[in-house]
Amino acid sequence: MAESTALPAEPTTALAIETRKLNLWYGTFQALFDVDLEIKQGIITSLIGPSGCGKSTFLRSVNRINERLGYVRTTGSIEVLGFDVYAENVEPVQVRKQVGMVFQRPNPLPLSIRDNVLFGYRTHQERGKRLSRSAADEIVESSLRQVLLWDQVKDRLDRPAVGLALEEQQKLCIARLLPVKPSVLLMDEPCSALDPKGTEAVEELIWELRGQYTILIVTHNMAQASRASDECIFMLLGKVIEHSQTAEMFVTPKCQETADYIEGRYG
Amino acid sequence: MFEATELNLQNQRRERLFRTLFLAMTLLLILPVVVILAMLVYKGGPMISMDFLLTEPTNGMTAGGILPAFVGTIWLVVVALIASVPIGIAAALYLSEYAPDNWLTRAINLAVINLAGVPSIVHALFGVGAFVIFFRFGTSILAASLTLAVMALPVVIVSTREALQAVPQAFREACWSMGATRWQTIRKVVLPNSLSGILTGVILEVSRTAGETAPIMFTGAAFFLPFLPETVWDQTMALSLHLFVISTQVPEVPEALPYGVALVLISLVLSMNAVSIAFRVYLRGKKKW
Ligand SMILES: Nc1ncnc2c1ncn2[C@@H]1O[C@H](COP(=O)(O)OP(=O)(O)O)[C@@H](O)[C@H]1O
Ligand SMILES: [Mg+2]
Repeated sequence: MAESTALPAEPTTALAIETRKLNLWYGTFQALFDVDLEIKQGIITSLIGPSGCGKSTFLRSVNRINERLGYVRTTGSIEVLGFDVYAENVEPVQVRKQVGMVFQRPNPLPLSIRDNVLFGYRTHQERGKRLSRSAADEIVESSLRQVLLWDQVKDRLDRPAVGLALEEQQKLCIARLLPVKPSVLLMDEPCSALDPKGTEAVEELIWELRGQYTILIVTHNMAQASRASDECIFMLLGKVIEHSQTAEMFVTPKCQETADYIEGRYG
Repeated sequence: MFEATELNLQNQRRERLFRTLFLAMTLLLILPVVVILAMLVYKGGPMISMDFLLTEPTNGMTAGGILPAFVGTIWLVVVALIASVPIGIAAALYLSEYAPDNWLTRAINLAVINLAGVPSIVHALFGVGAFVIFFRFGTSILAASLTLAVMALPVVIVSTREALQAVPQAFREACWSMGATRWQTIRKVVLPNSLSGILTGVILEVSRTAGETAPIMFTGAAFFLPFLPETVWDQTMALSLHLFVISTQVPEVPEALPYGVALVLISLVLSMNAVSIAFRVYLRGKKKW
């Protein structure tokens, strides 16, 4: 049941995500091949690679959201904070509490701004307990402050979230993850639906969150990867080609494919 | 340099042709409805009075009012709604939100769609066999309403499923990724945002059940029963059957009487629809995306 805790909050390794021989099939189509990755805690890791190389697939297997599709099969292991998320006794709900996800298109729920921020919190709240108004206000304010949105929206918290500008919506989508205190944030091209100004604002926010959360961000934008991440992973056709310090990868890539991609030869 | 060429002119003529054609078809379609309504009002209108609505038929149903039939129809529709709407919505929720996307689910969906096309007389026979005889409900409102409910279920399921599927998948993913269960997702996001669509299905069902004759004829509706039903175990008169009876089975019925009954039946259906539509518009106004 939802209450069974499989993932203690205390990290036991310095790795946020560690995968071993991760293979994933959509039906008969194999989307991930022997993915071995070690993603360190507290830093920003960017995940780059051409469209269709399995970046989203990888992200979606870390929080086990891929399972919603009945035809997905996974082998190998994924450990989050040292615990195998595919182990027998793991409750996916607890995994998703630790591992928040931000989507490509901002997807605030059709609720008020306030209810959006509180949604996740309420989801994990014990049955029968009611959140007092002042406690709720506090959560809303601190979450929105953390994503640098409080000042813009503090006077319209009861207005529908879908009325916000896209960039604000995306910030809200990040804010709503924070009340349940996740340790990992997965972001799947969080800026690709935004204009350059919005992109800049959201990037700034991501950098702001660095250190408090482990952030794994998929991006199509080389400039973004190079200026806004500590480490960088390059994937191609479902395989990890290279994983190194961002600065290093963009200056002296180890593999020819990486160099080709960074220089735009894959488009 | 911007004058119309011969080709432009040809296209314009074609444009006018098709527009006129489609308009004509639309009018042709609306015409019978308008004529029917006008006739009902013209011929049946004079029949309508408080007395007509509030008294029982007399003189071998050639005079008097329609109270038992009017009340009976409301009973039948309400009991059928109570039986079919929860089941229909639950089934639609299962098919749309829980069922894995496999051949079995697809087969069930197909079956449901085809069920909507089963002729009502077949439902009537099923109702007799299942509810009247097997479950021993006898000929009663319960048996008739359940028969109507079975007939209406596919409509409710199909329209509810469509309403559910109109809720963007992104909302579900957002909920799931925050750890919400399917049920939490349904209750907090999917249902509130599909209510207006689900109501459409209910509207359709109401119109259909109120007007049906065959399914209730053998299962619970009586030709002539000048009392008001008191429980679901009673038989009852119904407007649709009453209309059929006085139009075809009873000699020397004044011409205006069937029109009056038909007018009441149609007004009942339309006013129920109007309430649902008003509610729907209200809900849509509150929609937040
Ligand atoms: N739900 C799915 N069903 C079947 N195949 C999928 C599904 N999602 C993704 N794929 C396939 O898996 C591969 C990787 O997709 P994805 O992870 O979305 O790539 P990326 O995010 O890197 O663009 C693609 O070839 C895609 O067609
Ligand atoms: Mg993707």
